[in-house]
Amino acid sequence: MNYLDSFRDKKLVQGLARRIAELTKGRSKPLVFMEVCGTHTMAIYQYGLRSLLPPEVRLISGPGCPVCVTPNGYLDRAIALSRLPDLIIATFGDMLRVPGSSSSLMEERAMGADVRIVYSPLDAVQIAARNPGKRVVFLGVGFETTAPTIAGSILAAKVQRLKNYFVLASHKTMPEPMAILSADPELSVDGYICPAHVSAIIGANAYRFLCEEYRVPCVVTGFEPTDVMQGVEMLVRQALEGVSQVEIQYSRVVRWEGNAKAQSVLAEVFTPYDADWRGIGILPGSGLKIAEAYRAFDAELAIPVAVEELREHQGCQCGEILKGKITPFDCPLFGTVCTPESPVGACMVSSEGTCAAAFKYGI
Amino acid sequence: MNNDIIMLGHGSGGKLSHQLLDDLIIPQLSQTPVAGQNDAALFSVNGARLAFTTDSYVVDPIFFPGGNIGDLAINGTVNDLAMMGARPLYLSVGFILEEGFEKSDLCRILASMRQAADAAGVAIVTGDTKVVPRGKGDRIFINTSGIGAVEHDLRIDGAAGRVGDKVIVNGCIGDHGIAVLSAREGLEIDSGIKSDCAALNGLVAALLPLSQGLHVLRDPTRGGVATTLKEIAVQSQVTIKLQEASLPVNPGVKGVCSILGLDPLYVANEGKLLALVAPELAGEALSIMRRHPLGRDAAIIGEVTETSAGRVLMETLVGGVRGVEMLAGEQLPRIC
Amino acid sequence: MCVGVPMQVISIEGDQAMTEVDGVKREASLMLLDQEVKLGDFVIVHAGFAISKLDEEDARETLALMREAYAPELMG
Repeated sequence: MNYLDSFRDKKLVQGLARRIAELTKGRSKPLVFMEVCGTHTMAIYQYGLRSLLPPEVRLISGPGCPVCVTPNGYLDRAIALSRLPDLIIATFGDMLRVPGSSSSLMEERAMGADVRIVYSPLDAVQIAARNPGKRVVFLGVGFETTAPTIAGSILAAKVQRLKNYFVLASHKTMPEPMAILSADPELSVDGYICPAHVSAIIGANAYRFLCEEYRVPCVVTGFEPTDVMQGVEMLVRQALEGVSQVEIQYSRVVRWEGNAKAQSVLAEVFTPYDADWRGIGILPGSGLKIAEAYRAFDAELAIPVAVEELREHQGCQCGEILKGKITPFDCPLFGTVCTPESPVGACMVSSEGTCAAAFKYGI
Repeated sequence: MNNDIIMLGHGSGGKLSHQLLDDLIIPQLSQTPVAGQNDAALFSVNGARLAFTTDSYVVDPIFFPGGNIGDLAINGTVNDLAMMGARPLYLSVGFILEEGFEKSDLCRILASMRQAADAAGVAIVTGDTKVVPRGKGDRIFINTSGIGAVEHDLRIDGAAGRVGDKVIVNGCIGDHGIAVLSAREGLEIDSGIKSDCAALNGLVAALLPLSQGLHVLRDPTRGGVATTLKEIAVQSQVTIKLQEASLPVNPGVKGVCSILGLDPLYVANEGKLLALVAPELAGEALSIMRRHPLGRDAAIIGEVTETSAGRVLMETLVGGVRGVEMLAGEQLPRIC
Repeated sequence: MCVGVPMQVISIEGDQAMTEVDGVKREASLMLLDQEVKLGDFVIVHAGFAISKLDEEDARETLALMREAYAPELMG
């Protein structure tokens, strides 16, 4: 059985869409559901799911793109590191075009910096093993799906006794920002489409407090179109019944307690801290930095470097986009001044950015 | 964004490439307003109608499953001529070799080039070889230019698409890009996919009898089917609507794209053409292609729905609608 | 960033597994998994690591329930 194709079934998706339309018909105020995961942002656009939903249901994107919520200062530090001699920057592809205060990694590479795209942080460890005379810095940006893999790479580097592998860590954790958004009087979210693979790690129980404290339904939803539509249908039913519970739509992968092994690897290598979310501000306990015992691998500590003064771009509305207050089409810079070729903010060039998705797939 | 230097993305075939051409290169070098928009230039000399094209090859790695930089260089230029409906005749070949490049590798490449030229029915009649010091080139770069005879009076042109036209592709998309990517060091992906690198002039010759019903021919190389269709949509000032369910894609290509987060619509092809054909002749075009060895998996993948400033839309697998844009930046550098 | 993809385990050597989807093979580390994995199982692979098993029975049940509710003609 193909576990991707079966969940891309047109008949099921259309059947679910009809049901959602029946359930919500005639509502004067649309139900607003927010997803907080870049992969959901992309999946919804890629499959054109909004065009299948009735006007009574609105899907909006929240701060689901880890690159987009990382403050410019991080990128400026990565750029400063890339300019050092005998230093290799290893990164996932989506960081390449993100604009820092005055440059980007792509431009630094064009000017001679050694910047390499890897698919897995273990590939970066291999690069370090093969280049003992150089320092390798992996750009650790991501939520709880990616953070354990980066922790894994640090453990692997430790086992191999590598002294030249470092991580510039800027991990963030869910669901703290969801609480902030739920408390925001300007936003009225009727339910959360909770991330699939982040939840595989942290477990569906992690969202219980949102239901209890903020009375917002939470459905942990897979990424395939059938999953998303079923997740929306489950949220609609909760909203109509006036309940707020955590439900698992993506039950073939997500468990209530999550992945204990991955969680313990995270706790071993990282410690929580109060992270700065671009556009939202500092959220207590919402970030992961490298733990004391592993500070030899922490690029920020081990490789001090002068970083240029932070400059946010004039008129950039990434913050409002990330909070779900405006859509890309509401931003005056969208598609005019800010395009994938000349981006003003990360949302337009991160592979999980809301504006990137709207630009590439929007109608 | 640093606008003073050339970026890798300028070579990707997408938006940046177009900007470089339109803003910098064409204004300086060209005398005609339509320069660079079709795959080859057309002109008449003493009554003979000719097509002329050039292409350079920097693919990395130079040997990949299903081909190498040599047959790529021959087939690529043959195909550019074929997309104008021209009969490819003569090719030139220019080599830029790096000091230290293995002669045995050069021999393998030359043998492939000879084979490809013979298969396509073209003669390599002139050429040049330069050598640069070690470190100043990457083993081998190849430029080929080609001349063909235009023996029809059809207007096969990117601007000739019309409302109602069907969009046909001759087979599975994304094979070349994925084959090259799989062979790249560091990715460790065993995909079994081979490049589709092939000369398309025979297939095109079989399509020419469609006559006035054959409106556009173009090969979707860098930037993939999506970028090429967007170019055509803009040139013809129409909206093209694709059907995702109709796109022929090899399972291995699907698999690699899933793992790496790529979209087959944007992956390069080297043995594929897109044809925009009048609706009443689409069925016949499909039959012609399917009878040909290079068209067994041919499929109608969309149609031209209305006039517009140039848009591509797609009905997705599950019946939703989304936009399809030109490739932004670089997806896979040095793929051709 | 690449989405986690369901891949089938075709061989296991210690902490590493060879996994496959659509005929494409790639190695994945099992070091983050807290579940037992055997040949033929499906795992979600993200950035070179298996992060979870895919419960096939649950998948089949989910699909069956959905088909029953929304597309009964697909049953059987």
